[in-house]
Amino acid sequence: MNNERFELNKNLAQMLKGGVIMDVTTPEQAKIAEAAGACAVMALERIPADIRAAGGVSRMSDPKMIRGIQEAVSIPVMAKCRIGHFAEAQILQAIEIDYIDESEVLSPADDKYHVDKTAFKVPFVCGAKDLGEALRRINEGASMIRTKGEPGTGDVVQAVRHMRMMQSEIRRIGSMSEDELYDAAKTLQVPYDLVLYVHNNKKLPVVNFAAGGVATPADAALMMQLGAEGVFVGSGIFKSGNPEKRAAAIVKAVSNFNDAKMLAELSEDLGEAMVGINEQEIELLMAERGK
Amino acid sequence: MNIGVLAVQGAFIEHEKMLSELGVSSFEIRQKADLSKSFDGIIIPGGESTVQGKLLKELDMFDEIKTAIESGVPVFGTCAGLILLAKSIANDKNTYFGTMDTVAVRNAYGRQLGSFHTDSEFKGIGTVPMTFIRAPYISSVGEGVDVLAEVDGKIVAARQGNQLATAFHPELDNDLRIHEYFVNMINNR
Repeated sequence: MNNERFELNKNLAQMLKGGVIMDVTTPEQAKIAEAAGACAVMALERIPADIRAAGGVSRMSDPKMIRGIQEAVSIPVMAKCRIGHFAEAQILQAIEIDYIDESEVLSPADDKYHVDKTAFKVPFVCGAKDLGEALRRINEGASMIRTKGEPGTGDVVQAVRHMRMMQSEIRRIGSMSEDELYDAAKTLQVPYDLVLYVHNNKKLPVVNFAAGGVATPADAALMMQLGAEGVFVGSGIFKSGNPEKRAAAIVKAVSNFNDAKMLAELSEDLGEAMVGINEQEIELLMAERGK
Repeated sequence: MNIGVLAVQGAFIEHEKMLSELGVSSFEIRQKADLSKSFDGIIIPGGESTVQGKLLKELDMFDEIKTAIESGVPVFGTCAGLILLAKSIANDKNTYFGTMDTVAVRNAYGRQLGSFHTDSEFKGIGTVPMTFIRAPYISSVGEGVDVLAEVDGKIVAARQGNQLATAFHPELDNDLRIHEYFVNMINNR
């Protein structure tokens, strides 16, 4: 990927800011998401909550199913490949996906190497728990970052932990003296140039969204106030009682995340939220996949 | 001078940064209450037109902004903004403000693999950098619409009275001239 392509791919993420990206499994759900105000959809065969419940190996979705969703909506369509599975990524690029999520929600295909994303023209978004992970993924060519959170749980605690960790490390790097940055690069296991960028700009070099466990308008507002530039909602919408209404409420909560009065109205009568599982009850920590 | 930047979704911060570099103050329009502030111009940023259009209506700001545009308040739309201003959209049954006599084509260059960067002539300014992200173009314009830029025979910038629209994103490149052009439109109103 040349530099111009990387810039264009970062630019697409900039256009998604202030928006909500929703997991969908059928063209019908994709249309509901678009009508509710999603700025993009993530096409996948099973939402994380069901992947978690079903167990077993989880892989890239059927390209035919993804194409069905591409035809159903006019907003960008994303899809997931397994960590390190560059052949799945090649397939997704061949069907002209708008963004590939190299995702810990699927079973990792490689326990050491991530996909060399610089070899692709389509953009990649990757999950990260902290600044080191985020910058390693960016160094590999990711043009957008999201917190890992803990997908399919409806529990926001890990997304909060990851976002707070990232913001706190960004503040720490920002306040260092320049001669301390070399050691910071060593500790974070990332190139010096990326650390210097964070030091100078007090932010990641790419857009940073929240993901993993967001289930309510209040969750979305919390993540935005903690510094997320937009939100992924996976199982939270189509595992709830009234997907249309909840989806639309989360969209509005993201654009007016500081207005508690509006958030109160948006949180009314949403029907049943996804049941969810607490952190302590989880057997499989997806966030631990890929470092 | 104070410019309101529509900030319900998309790349609005990038526009605010350009205005600030020009020494022009701006504020974010996120909800109806923000429209009570006085403003000399409006910017509609890039993002998803479906999202912005829906939120404008549901947050009850649509009519007020449309009236302002119709009364001659200068407006500048980039990408999604161009779509919201267009009188009709060739490949979409929805229309939004519809205040500019143009026909827009959404996602006219295809998916993200069709996104590109180029340098091209902008009437009255010269060669400017142009970044197209899943961009639209204008397939035809009515009388009274001045075509300001074309790339490969497609209209990518136009002006009608106090309305300015570009299919590309001047807010993403380090070139202030198109924002300056808009600020001059406000000054010369």
